[in-house]
Amino acid sequence: MDTIDKGTTSPIEARRLPTWVIILAFALLLGFLAILALGLRRTMQGPITVGQNVPAFSIETFDRKTINTADLAGKVIVVNFWASWCKPCEQEADELEMAWLKYQPGGKVVFLGLAYVDTEPNSLEYMRKFKITYPNGPDLETKVSQMFRIRGVPETYIIAPNGTLAYVKIGPFTSLGEIISIIDPLIAK
Amino acid sequence: MQSSQIVRIFILILLGVLFSLVRVKPVQAQQPLPTPSDNDVNRVARELYCPVCENIPLDVCPTQACREWRELIRLKQAEGWTDAQIKEYFARQYGPRVLSEPPLRGLNWLIYVIPPILFAGGIYLVYRVLTNMRRVNQPVKVEIPAEDTQDPFVRKIEEELRKQQ
Repeated sequence: MDTIDKGTTSPIEARRLPTWVIILAFALLLGFLAILALGLRRTMQGPITVGQNVPAFSIETFDRKTINTADLAGKVIVVNFWASWCKPCEQEADELEMAWLKYQPGGKVVFLGLAYVDTEPNSLEYMRKFKITYPNGPDLETKVSQMFRIRGVPETYIIAPNGTLAYVKIGPFTSLGEIISIIDPLIAK
Repeated sequence: MQSSQIVRIFILILLGVLFSLVRVKPVQAQQPLPTPSDNDVNRVARELYCPVCENIPLDVCPTQACREWRELIRLKQAEGWTDAQIKEYFARQYGPRVLSEPPLRGLNWLIYVIPPILFAGGIYLVYRVLTNMRRVNQPVKVEIPAEDTQDPFVRKIEEELRKQQ
């Protein structure tokens, strides 16, 4: 047999990628899309609305005690978001403390203050200034504020004894009477 | 040497040993840690982001809240906290989103793993394509059966081709 170099080109069929590479690429792509979809779904999720069940959460108070709302079932829970740098928060500080002092003996209402992106020294100074005695703590990792999807401070969320969101107050309470008018009917139920 | 002298030397040595044992190392007054400078604070602050502003590093954030956070860094540094401890504290207080580099846990691993994998995959694909291109452009040696070379028509074509060259 003679071998003749014709000097011509002959197209060779391009080799396909190995099947495992194709499967892996698709798996990576699908995984990436799934993560994107989950993130998007979380972002698009709206705030907890009145009447909806409020998932249990816990806070670590400034005096290093842990309070879990799951342990407070059957009580009205007043969750107030505030910050020492927030001027409108100062308007309602006295009213909230007065309301707490009114309801504390009955044991049917619990007040929880959550300092939103605040520094601990300033938060403690704020609490001293307004003589706040109800449990307060930082909103660690902003988990609770993200759960409620707060838009700013002050904001107050009142949870009914059955665990559903009963009332949302955006901005400061203007009077003690306003707070009582919301809490009393919830206790009476 | 008299026995009384020996006893005296022995007592002296004994006293020397006892003295060296009970000698108290002088204690220096506890110096307070120096107040951290702005550079010290900014070294940490530039690796943290303002928790309430969009994408603004803490060292250049002009708001009152950011000033307070920088003061908090100074306070922690004055208490002897390390940079890593301060960053961990901020992440715990305000969430990992304040860190310039996401911590290596949970889904955050993907941020560090996926780009190198995609990069390596890309390099592999480019290598494959280039290799295939080279193969396609190579002259192909065609084996012609011997009987074909005996074919007068083939010989004629061969001759014509040689003439043209």
